[in-house]
Amino acid sequence: MPGRRKLMREESLYGWLFVAPHVLGLLIFTIGAIVASGYLSLTKWDLFGAPQWVGLDNYRRLADDEIFWKSLWNTLYYTGFRVPFSLLFSLIVALLMNLKIRGILWWRVIYFAPAVSSSVAIALVWRWIYSKDFGILNSMLSWIGVAPLNWLGSEELAMPAVIVMSVWWSVGTNMVIYLAALQGVPEQLYEAAELDGAGVWGKFRHVTFPMITPTTFFLLILGTIGSLQIFDIFYVMTQGGPNFATTSLVMYIFQNAFEYFEMGYASAIAWVLFILIMLLSLVQLRFSRWVHYEGERK
Amino acid sequence: MSRQRLHQIGIYALVACGGALMIIPFLWMLSTSLKTTAQSMAFPPEWWPRPFIWENYTQIYEYMPFFTFLFNSVKITFFVLVGQLLTCSLAGYAFAKLRFPGRRPLFLILLSTMMIPSQVTLIPVFIIMKSLGWINTHYALIVPAFFGSVFGTFLLRQFFLGLPNDLEDAARIDGCSPFGIYWRIMLPLAKPSLATLGIFTFMGTWNDFMRPLIYLSDMDKMTLPVGLALLSNHQDIRIPLIMAGAVLSLLPILVLYIFGQKYFVQGIALTGMKG
Repeated sequence: MPGRRKLMREESLYGWLFVAPHVLGLLIFTIGAIVASGYLSLTKWDLFGAPQWVGLDNYRRLADDEIFWKSLWNTLYYTGFRVPFSLLFSLIVALLMNLKIRGILWWRVIYFAPAVSSSVAIALVWRWIYSKDFGILNSMLSWIGVAPLNWLGSEELAMPAVIVMSVWWSVGTNMVIYLAALQGVPEQLYEAAELDGAGVWGKFRHVTFPMITPTTFFLLILGTIGSLQIFDIFYVMTQGGPNFATTSLVMYIFQNAFEYFEMGYASAIAWVLFILIMLLSLVQLRFSRWVHYEGERK
Repeated sequence: MSRQRLHQIGIYALVACGGALMIIPFLWMLSTSLKTTAQSMAFPPEWWPRPFIWENYTQIYEYMPFFTFLFNSVKITFFVLVGQLLTCSLAGYAFAKLRFPGRRPLFLILLSTMMIPSQVTLIPVFIIMKSLGWINTHYALIVPAFFGSVFGTFLLRQFFLGLPNDLEDAARIDGCSPFGIYWRIMLPLAKPSLATLGIFTFMGTWNDFMRPLIYLSDMDKMTLPVGLALLSNHQDIRIPLIMAGAVLSLLPILVLYIFGQKYFVQGIALTGMKG
């Protein structure tokens, strides 16, 4: 049937035509860019003239760069606290939202509102809340006799302050995903647990918690990847200060590339970040035996 | 009082306390935006603006090019939306329904690039934009959207996969070209998925901070969040005006969210975008 063959050729042609823009984007903006980034990380380049080949110098330089180590530490510190606390609170909120309470839709809107808001608007208002002289936080603390604290201006307090704000910001997104998972737990499992005499805690411990471990795992990985790439809120709230106490890795990449014009060095840090993300994801995958997959055959 | 009733009250109290924590920063933003500069700096802080300075919202454009920021944000978001929806729906449809050589490996490669953090490609993409002379123009922010996103293509492919083939077969027998099928049959059916992708693209673009910060340098080219953030670092800027700007920048997204809740939840539950 020649007609059929013609039709198939036509289909192939249209298929390629339809995916062409995206494939072109993939070739230029992803694959091409990655190769270029790898090459740049082995050069010294300030955007003028030609990149100068320096081999692994940029990576060697990282070893002695105190600010790099500090920003790496800050990023891990931030991730290590933000992710678990965000998961814990969002699970609690999701459990509450899963109960039959009145006005549930409005509560959901409220809990989810920070998640849709722009990081800048939110960082601006939190900067004001944390203000040493005019902030409501210090004002509330003064009720219990705490002297005004310089939240964002102190090397010890700035990071915890930003973490608290980030947890507040990310609870909504995680809550929505947890809620979907909670609603997917089959009713008969709870009934069975009740027959076995399980109370509220027993049902949570032996039914809910295991059933939502895949979601927890998913949120853990995504939360870790997202936190390792944090930039906006630090930039707006603290600009990395004081004394680099809140400089994240991405912020350090940004500074090197667009403030000091060290394109090669910045690319090298970006690769370190990439490898860090891969490593942490792999580690989490490796230690994922606590995740319970209902349909899995062991 | 029965035990169950106490239990109920406890739950409501917990939900209300948590809700208060979530909403207080927004209320504080709103309250500050309506205060006089003097009252905004009162300590201990006062919650109720006295008097209400509604003029903060009309004066805002005297202190910052607010409407320029707004226009830029609307313009960039609009074109990015068009680009994303078009490219991703085309590619998603082709990956789901059209048979062409290389379809499967191509899709797998596409998916595997989802893991790559955008910071790795940031500098080379910047260099491409620079060599095109697009630094400090909106092209640098708009044009990449026309090359699609893995998230969008994946979302729409999943949707199209769920559609029965009969529709297309019938249309094809009637002599409809693949583009005709895509445009006249598939796109109208894909409205819910397009809405989900649209909302996420809107949110990502409207709130985007890093890319405008990198590419734009003139104040009159800035988007709303970046303009606000840069202005807020000036010593002489009045806090109530910054807060008014922040409130105005949140409004479109909050309104969209309240009316499009369903699509937000769908999109998030599907992919868990945003850490």
